[in-house]
Amino acid sequence: MAKYVTKRVIYMFLSLFLIASFTFVLMKMLPGSPLASAAKLSVEQREVVYEKYGLNDPIPVQYIRYMGNLAKGDFGVSFQYKSADVTTLIVKKLKYSAILGTQAIVFGTIIGIVLGMIAALKQNTVWDYGSTIIAILGISIPSFVFAVLLQYVFAVKLEWLPVGLWEGWKSSILPSIALAMGPIAIAARFIRTEMIEVLSSDYILLAKAKGANWFEIAFKHAFRNALIPLVTVLGPVAAGLLTGSLVVEQIFAVPGIGEQFVKSIATNDFAIIMGTTMFFSVFLIVIILIVDILYGVIDPRIRLSGGSK
Amino acid sequence: MKNHKFMWLISIMLVLSVFLAACGDKTDDAATTEPEKDKGEDKGTTEEPAKDVPQVLNLVEVAEIPSVDSSVAEDAVGFNVLNNIMEGLYRLDQDSLPVPAMADGEAEISEDGLTYTFKIRDAQWSNGTPVTAHDFVYAWQRAIDPATASPYGPYLMAGMVKNATEIGEGKAEITDLGITAEDDKTLIVELERPVAYFLSLMSFGTFYPLNEEFVTEQGDKYASNSETMIYNGPFVLSDWDGTGNWKYLKNDKYWDADTVKLTEINVDVVKETSTAVNLYEQGKKDRVLLSAEYAMQYADDPDIINEMETSVFYFKMNQERDGKATPLANIDIRKAIARAFNKEELADAVLANGSIAANFLVPTEFTFDEDGKDYREYSDEYAVYNVEEAQEFWKKGLEALGTDKVEIEILGGDTENAKKQQEWFKSELERNLPGLTIKLKEVPFAVRLELDDTSDYDIQSAGWGPDFQDPISFMELFVTGSPQNKMNYSNPEYDKLIESTKTTLANDPVARWEAFAKAEKILLEDDAGLVPTYQRGRMVLMNPAVKGLATHPFGGDYSYKWTYMEAVEK
Repeated sequence: MAKYVTKRVIYMFLSLFLIASFTFVLMKMLPGSPLASAAKLSVEQREVVYEKYGLNDPIPVQYIRYMGNLAKGDFGVSFQYKSADVTTLIVKKLKYSAILGTQAIVFGTIIGIVLGMIAALKQNTVWDYGSTIIAILGISIPSFVFAVLLQYVFAVKLEWLPVGLWEGWKSSILPSIALAMGPIAIAARFIRTEMIEVLSSDYILLAKAKGANWFEIAFKHAFRNALIPLVTVLGPVAAGLLTGSLVVEQIFAVPGIGEQFVKSIATNDFAIIMGTTMFFSVFLIVIILIVDILYGVIDPRIRLSGGSK
Repeated sequence: MKNHKFMWLISIMLVLSVFLAACGDKTDDAATTEPEKDKGEDKGTTEEPAKDVPQVLNLVEVAEIPSVDSSVAEDAVGFNVLNNIMEGLYRLDQDSLPVPAMADGEAEISEDGLTYTFKIRDAQWSNGTPVTAHDFVYAWQRAIDPATASPYGPYLMAGMVKNATEIGEGKAEITDLGITAEDDKTLIVELERPVAYFLSLMSFGTFYPLNEEFVTEQGDKYASNSETMIYNGPFVLSDWDGTGNWKYLKNDKYWDADTVKLTEINVDVVKETSTAVNLYEQGKKDRVLLSAEYAMQYADDPDIINEMETSVFYFKMNQERDGKATPLANIDIRKAIARAFNKEELADAVLANGSIAANFLVPTEFTFDEDGKDYREYSDEYAVYNVEEAQEFWKKGLEALGTDKVEIEILGGDTENAKKQQEWFKSELERNLPGLTIKLKEVPFAVRLELDDTSDYDIQSAGWGPDFQDPISFMELFVTGSPQNKMNYSNPEYDKLIESTKTTLANDPVARWEAFAKAEKILLEDDAGLVPTYQRGRMVLMNPAVKGLATHPFGGDYSYKWTYMEAVEK
């Protein structure tokens, strides 16, 4: 186990190095200037500013300096936000996105699992159709449509919850629910399919023959096996929630990270592009690692050492 | 089969019930706590007499503050915040005329218009230190210092303040800059040429004072959050951690604190217009900027206000691309295009955001003479929409080119709003000018700037927002070789007129503005070198209880110094 994790961590750094290098090359190819007032300055005046930020050096020199700073955890100075260094800025904004993302994924998976199990256990009944419809709606309607709908009903018309802004946990409810629709749908679909398959397998028949009760069969025997595929997709779903929360965050005026990611590219804000990219990469890679480790916990048959199965 | 339908119905109901149940639980307790109380308070305040109205203003802003360090700020939000938390030698009053602020009384101007002597009034920073002439010297030197890499310092000072250009080129020390403190109370500024708008420029963020001791003590941390700054303006910044929302609190140390009525201003960053409008409808926000679709929807709302901005948009007619003459090198083709689209329709139906048709380059409600008369009254309207004339010019132009078909590219932005306009330009121009094919090229802003730099376009849909209150802010853009020209327009007569406003006519305001008017006619009417399209406006929903909120044509967009909340009978 320890050996496996070490190996994975080494791979992780290798991946990050490659991602950083690619990002660097791509962002140097972006057209335009990172200066907001570039249109107003003469070439000489622009040069002075570039000089200060080291943008006049040859690209390889910039690359080596950049990677060196990156290794020290220094992303450089943002052109957009001169008031804060990039790490602080990302951490501050990430807080809101993380709260929303975590709530959405926890709420989404729990509801999704419940719906999926109900559907599988009561196959071809009203319950099954009901949860399938929810799953289809959840996967086919984008989260921002839910966001607008929820905002209209619960904030504008009923006035139960805030329309937007960040005023504590109450403000997090509607965006979290909007974001949770995707995970609900994904979890429900996976659990249903897997449960139906598992429930028709021989060992369940055996359990039934042994006289195990319904509850025991569903949770102890079937559910655990049905979880594996869900765990696999939850990693990327979680990462997607953080990056994909952009529109939902805007609708509820939550000061999260989603928008920063997009805006930094449009404004050539190199430091923020690199900062957010690295942040999301680390996040995704760590989640994939956790997922892989979780496999072993859920199903001891999966061996982590990478040897033969 | 029947059974199936029934099941469908049941399942749909089930879906809905899950939603309601899930949300109902969480919201029940929420409803019993705060919102109820809020409503109660609201009712109370509207019935109270005026003096008991809480002097609190709630605003939204569409973007966060990138920087409030006056030396490096370069955007509208930053300059607006600075205008309310800091104060320069002069400040724009409610009518946007410059009045002495940190300066004690009007400045003394030498006969040749090159030397300004300011007396500094008794004023304090928010930490109690006095504001002195040295604070200005330090701030200006910091803004021009290449090590600061200020974009606006060199942009505004070069060619104006003595030695600013030389410092930028490394030929002079920053201490050579034409600003000196004779003593704590006397500041002398030396200029390279007479600058008619110099006093109004003193209200601009880049020229605000900075306390050297405080700024150097904070180092890199200066202005990184509301705690690492000191203020000399009507308000202090509060609850700002470098990102996200912020507050203004009344600055008790401000020299004119008696005038300031508001005790608190809360600003939240809200990027979605729909969300902002919902907040306004609920009474949580007092003022909201509307996008075009909301402007149409709220057109008859009693709270709606139309404010003029000073950004002017236009077609840049590029006459030479890749070393070859474009069809626009032909003057009749240019004149035809200038007259071939209905600007009124563009402003009213396509933009529908309070913008107005522009048959001029220097905007209205921007510059005023000593008597408060708008510059536009000195000038005229040029190249007005007229299809018949346009078609005559068009025919002449085509003959000269020896063809009956011309393809022209319009380069423009890729935002929703820009695309809508460009589609309209295309259909309008192709309809009125037979034989014309318009190719649209829609690119992000950064790409457009690059294409502009290399003059790689036929027509470019662009715009300009002024940084100082003088017609030259616009007129200078199109002299031969200007970094903003980039459309290969050159007319020696035009250049000479613009030059004269900086030299021979510099100290003669009336003759100077007449020269601008002449130049404007050459550029727009005689040469059709540039085709203005519209002057931008904005539609705003504003709580009728908000009074005295001043809007400005450049620098900070708003002043809250004179704003107060009035009791409103409902």
